[in-house]
Amino acid sequence: MSFDLVANVVIAGVLTGLVYGLMALGLSVIFGVVRVVNFAHGEMMTIAMYASTVLFAALKLDPFLSILPVAAAFFAFGYAMQAGFINPFITRPEHSQFMLLVAVAIVMVNALLLIFGPAARNVQVDYQLESFEIGRILIDKARLYAAGAAVVAATGLFVFFKMTLVGKAIRACADNYMGARVVGLDVKKLYALTFGLGSICVAVAGCAMVLLVDVTPPLGPYYTLLAFVIVIVGGLGSMGGALLGGVLIGVSEALAGLFIAPSAKSMFSFGLLILVLLFRPQGLLGRKP
Amino acid sequence: MLLPWFAGSYALSVATLILYFAYTGQAWNVMMGFAGQLSLGHALYVGVGGYAAGALFFHYGIGPWAGLWLAILLCVALGLAIGFLAFRFGISGVYFALLTIAFAEFTRIGFDHLDWLGGPGGMFLKVAQRDSIDLLNFRGPPTMYYYAILALSIGAFVLCFFLLKSKAGYYWQAIRENEEAAQALGINTFRWKMLAVAISSAMTAVSGVFFAFYYNNLFPEQIFHISRSIEIILGPIIGGIGTLFGPILGAVVLTLLSDGITEGLAAMGWEIPGIKQVFYGLVLLAVIMFLPNGIWPPLARRLGFHK
Amino acid sequence: MNLLIVENLSKSFRGLKAVSDASFTIPDGSINALIGPNGAGKTTIFNMVAGVFPPDIGKIRFMAKEIQGLRPDQVCAAGIGRTFQIVKPFAGLSVLDNVIVGSFLRSKNAADSRRYALEILEKLQLGPKRDLPASSLTLPDRKRLEVARALATRPRLLLLDEVMAGLRPTECDQMVEMFRDLNKTDGLTILLIEHVMRAVMALAQHIGVLHHGEVIARGTPEEIVRDPAVLECYLGEETEV
Repeated sequence: MSFDLVANVVIAGVLTGLVYGLMALGLSVIFGVVRVVNFAHGEMMTIAMYASTVLFAALKLDPFLSILPVAAAFFAFGYAMQAGFINPFITRPEHSQFMLLVAVAIVMVNALLLIFGPAARNVQVDYQLESFEIGRILIDKARLYAAGAAVVAATGLFVFFKMTLVGKAIRACADNYMGARVVGLDVKKLYALTFGLGSICVAVAGCAMVLLVDVTPPLGPYYTLLAFVIVIVGGLGSMGGALLGGVLIGVSEALAGLFIAPSAKSMFSFGLLILVLLFRPQGLLGRKP
Repeated sequence: MLLPWFAGSYALSVATLILYFAYTGQAWNVMMGFAGQLSLGHALYVGVGGYAAGALFFHYGIGPWAGLWLAILLCVALGLAIGFLAFRFGISGVYFALLTIAFAEFTRIGFDHLDWLGGPGGMFLKVAQRDSIDLLNFRGPPTMYYYAILALSIGAFVLCFFLLKSKAGYYWQAIRENEEAAQALGINTFRWKMLAVAISSAMTAVSGVFFAFYYNNLFPEQIFHISRSIEIILGPIIGGIGTLFGPILGAVVLTLLSDGITEGLAAMGWEIPGIKQVFYGLVLLAVIMFLPNGIWPPLARRLGFHK
Repeated sequence: MNLLIVENLSKSFRGLKAVSDASFTIPDGSINALIGPNGAGKTTIFNMVAGVFPPDIGKIRFMAKEIQGLRPDQVCAAGIGRTFQIVKPFAGLSVLDNVIVGSFLRSKNAADSRRYALEILEKLQLGPKRDLPASSLTLPDRKRLEVARALATRPRLLLLDEVMAGLRPTECDQMVEMFRDLNKTDGLTILLIEHVMRAVMALAQHIGVLHHGEVIARGTPEEIVRDPAVLECYLGEETEV
């Protein structure tokens, strides 16, 4: 096993991991603020991927360009979902909220199966086959661009939360629901906004991911679980943690695929989740739950 | 009870399926409905139970009655291990649910790589003649299986009935409602939660054994899959968590309606993969939104039952 | 006989000393109150006695057995019952079932538990409401239920955590009556944390005053009311105008 091979695999893992990280960031934002376990997260990502393939097939739209319409649509969808579906559920017991989103996820996955069938779909762009060469290291162009998009989106989100008034308001809600209401923040609207933002993350991540992976309906539940693993490993409520967790999972999956067996790679992720839940539930960068 | 007499083989298989879900749902209900611990990885116990008994039969020809004990033993050990890890480390609610999912998924992928158990290609149990009843090896006509699962379901119902009225039932519900208050009343919540997990996993193990010998094939991808776990909980949630009739009612409603839809669509010439699950999802959605406690409580009130 | 002996209790949270060298004794059959301004450390002492967390230093002796560091359920089994400041009913269960949960601790079987639970409910005038869901009760009734549940575990000592909070004066008086009865007829020893002076003065035979985690005064209600240290901590220093 040459150093070059391992290095290439690790770099690929890091880049893919950044896209995972963006997806998980969306979940972290939703979970961290609204405290809703979005069990449909991976399914939403899958829908974004399919949307991208449809736009590509119909309009020859490069996935990076389809980010804009898809993200806009997802924002609206996320906002509506929170406002319409989930907000009334805030006072319900935890398992009720959970099951609500499980139900949504079931409908989503199978609707996709219904509409698109089980066969894999993808996009074919020229640069997918090209790579950059740095010394003996090969970096896939598509992968690099995808990771770049992820980083840009994540930075944008980060800036939004740190700098804007609305962003700060949302962080206030996350920290202290009652306090936020007492000072007059319209928490329900902010929740809906947050879900919308989380959905944008998923949209961007999905459009980026479709360049790297073929999309099939079962990816939905797989990505949902992956997103949770990343969020918990990285640390709830920490945006950096989501990206870091994503990279970690991306790399470990890549290495596990290389050294053990490709099909066993998720086993590592779940094993990691178990360990983190037990020994460090706040994850790497999060606060204590 | 008299169903086999006048039901065709298709109706019988539907009834068997209903009872299977009613039984397994009841088992899950002990942990969730009674003790309030949300397990979304219950397929783990079905799988381990099924494979345990299946492997004994496949490799050593040992009948399911012995395999049953191994299945129960393994599943209880597994359940207690997960419970111990979770409760000792203070993991509850959503995190606990995720933990159960992680264990189930981990096992699913693990079993895919265990060639001794058939790997991804699955394990196939010899399907012997189905006309004669071989009780020792649990082989026989579909009627036999029907009666078996019927007996199990009735047994589960009776067991849960008595559990609910006993100290265990009261203590579990107290823990479910408010664990801190329960502790202040002298309840060692750790021990009682472990008991709920043990009973639940043991019952589900039996379910797995039944599954193995009824369907005669086991695939890790299927039996451990999260959709199986979700199927298990659909019945109790729709019927009514924590109630005795909930799992049964839920299983009946779901199976009949979904089969009805599939049949109806097939009759119209539409055989679409995934439509059944979309339907499942929509019904689940509707019930969760409008009947948060399930179908049974309002129905019970209509019928004049008091709690 | 001294039922509860608290010796040199200290507890810090992240460097902040919540309770500092607190000591007091509770004689069997008495009604005692712990009062003091907010943040004085009353609830912390309470929680240490009830087993919610252990003290950093100090001992708690109950009926000659050391109980500091025991779990809450073990403390209850030893004979100490408690209520919560924010009531915690088992909302999904009926009033009767709530109390049955408590009485299972000492009863031999389900029938026994039920019988004793009904007895307690009658005593606390919750009998007619026994089949109602606990979530449907008014606040005063919820507080009674909380007490009933704790009583069902047949405690020697009952810890009441601000049980009068949120009650109107007449409701408060009714609760005071109830506790007086329980103390007189059943010999129940009571330790209460309370801000509502009306109740404290009416009920308590002995009072301990806490301030900044330390016991600054102990005595009968009459003595406490006149104690200059107490007056200072509640009202501030006297100033010449």
